[in-house]
Amino acid sequence: MRIVPVVSAIAAISAGIIVLLGYFVSIAPLPDLRLLLTDWSILIAGMAVLVGIFNLVAVHMEKIRTRKKGSAYGALLVLSLIITFGFGLLLGPDHPFMRAAVDAVIVPVEAALMAILAVTLIYASMRLFQRRTDAMSVLFLVAAIIFMLAVMPTPFGPIPGNQFFLFVEGAVATGGARGLLIGIALGTLLTGLRVLFGVDRPYGDN
Amino acid sequence: MIALGLLGLAALLLLGLTLWRRRSPATLRPIEAYERLNRAVGLAVENGTRLHISLGRGNLFTARGGSALAGLAMLRRLAERTSASDRPPIVSSGDASLAILSQDTLRSGYRAAGAEEQYRFSTGRLTGLTPFSYAAGTIPIEHDENVSANVVIGDLGAESALIAEASDRENSSLIAASDDLSAQAIFYASTQEPLIGEELFAAGAYVGAGAAHDASLQVQDILRWLIIVAILAGSLLKFMGMT
Repeated sequence: MRIVPVVSAIAAISAGIIVLLGYFVSIAPLPDLRLLLTDWSILIAGMAVLVGIFNLVAVHMEKIRTRKKGSAYGALLVLSLIITFGFGLLLGPDHPFMRAAVDAVIVPVEAALMAILAVTLIYASMRLFQRRTDAMSVLFLVAAIIFMLAVMPTPFGPIPGNQFFLFVEGAVATGGARGLLIGIALGTLLTGLRVLFGVDRPYGDN
Repeated sequence: MIALGLLGLAALLLLGLTLWRRRSPATLRPIEAYERLNRAVGLAVENGTRLHISLGRGNLFTARGGSALAGLAMLRRLAERTSASDRPPIVSSGDASLAILSQDTLRSGYRAAGAEEQYRFSTGRLTGLTPFSYAAGTIPIEHDENVSANVVIGDLGAESALIAEASDRENSSLIAASDDLSAQAIFYASTQEPLIGEELFAAGAYVGAGAAHDASLQVQDILRWLIIVAILAGSLLKFMGMT
């Protein structure tokens, strides 16, 4: 029997049970242990970001080395990453140059993607009937159009009956959303329990 | 106290039903998206194409991590089933911890199938740390890696529209589910067979991940009915003027 999977499972399950009990039971030292384990996990998550970035660089370096399609973009990514990381270490994240890198590059790029997203959503809605033509799709699209008409500003003021549409859609949408969220919460609970019981071991080596 | 009671009840039900399901396997209602996924896995192995599995950007330190863990359970099973393929699946994620876990899960899947030499660290990728950078890094995988099916399961927001659109452009199958309501609406509009709500958490059961996954679905059903009864009873009591 290999020892590493057993030890990692015991460590993960014990930590999970301590953190969970720390939430519900306020008997010393459980709450303190919970905070300590949470602090450790935050440190590990910080290191995980560095490992993740190393992975990102390694994948793109491999792309460049094998001259795969899009390797020029990979080279640009690696170069930008090294320059930004180097300057970030030297100058600190609050330096005006670092702030300019965020304000002049990252913010506009993400804003551009947001604009593309708006067009993409309209296009997806237009193509909905090509994928499925059923009663639920019609209801989905009609509800979306009515809701948009009810909330959008027009030169003539609100459309007649907009408050009624907003009330009906608000009540129905809130009820539906809560139903979906309860289902998701139950799914999350059961997934967590499976990990806690060691049935699912995403930490690998099993 | 109620939360702890619910947790205890769920744990007991899960243990009991898992033992029962080991003896008598469950019959699951057909969900078209998961049937399509099972077909896509077989097709990818036969055609020599790839599966692309995107696990979203669920932070494991928040409640959003639940969907990521569900995605990892499905990934483990898919890795085992595609281990015979010439082209191993590629996994993308938008959270560093999740990316590391996806690599570990892939390796475990291959090891379980006796094909550990198939594992490449570059098949579990962190594509970006913000929603849009994650989407921007995921799209080239769909475009460049000979992908025949995209399985997008996890915590994603509005950026999922870009991923879905890229899949549509490449004419590859898209099986998608998210725990986020806006992403669910997007997937409803952009996939052939949408997965809504807690159907995301059924992924493991539908790819044959074991009795515990089948039992989880049953426990969810039982707890859902309990919540419905509690809501109705609460409404009735309030209607009758009792608090």
